Amino acid sequence: MEITNRQEKEITIVAVKGRIDGITAPEFETYLSELIAQGRRSFIINCSGLEYISSAGLRSILIIAKRLKTEQGNIYFSGLKGAVEEVFKISGFYSLFKIYDSDASALNNI
Amino acid sequence: MKILFNIKRPARLESLNYLIDMIGSCAKEQGLSEKKINEIRIAAEEALMNIINYAYKQKEGYVEVVCKTEPEGTFVIEIIDTGIAFDPFSVPEPDITQDIDTRQIGGMGIFLIRKLTDDFHYRRDGDKNIQELVIKLTPHN
Repeated sequence: MEITNRQEKEITIVAVKGRIDGITAPEFETYLSELIAQGRRSFIINCSGLEYISSAGLRSILIIAKRLKTEQGNIYFSGLKGAVEEVFKISGFYSLFKIYDSDASALNNI
Repeated sequence: MKILFNIKRPARLESLNYLIDMIGSCAKEQGLSEKKINEIRIAAEEALMNIINYAYKQKEGYVEVVCKTEPEGTFVIEIIDTGIAFDPFSVPEPDITQDIDTRQIGGMGIFLIRKLTDDFHYRRDGDKNIQELVIKLTPHN
């Protein structure tokens, strides 16, 4: 797994590549927790390079999303494809979160 | 039935990537799509992680993975452990319609196995838990 972030005005775009699985999910969660601790509150998670997410990754996302909710923050997703898109659909994440095709369309709509 | 491989590894986190890679490359040889292969890897990870985390408590134990094809056109992954009896069908399905405040953070693993495979079976045979993940070898997959 590889994670980078960039700032677009008040929104932090986090690009995650590779796999969020039982081994890497804690690292993903810590990365986002640290950004929240720095005061960031709005996130777009760019998943265009993400091949794979397991329940451990879903769990991390739910933990972060619940935390952001209590801090008046927001989390959005962009660029889902393949198995990741399928897992999001199966898990009901499409009704839980706003999901966009790309960062550009996310930025235009939030 | 044709057995493609049969491997046994300690039920530890260090074995996970190796086992999943083996299953993934075996699925690839069956001509399955990249998306389906990743779905199979996810389903297999869920089953393996449950064994690694819960089957043997503090003791050492093994997990055995058998990949095979069946003449009716299915790709089957058999995952076997000799830990405590655990029937994945005893776990209630998560409520995926809840909002972010009430949504449970866990309980998605077995649900994903059931949804990402065409068939999922469990049986207890002597001291063994045997989970069978079945994927149809159709052009759609």
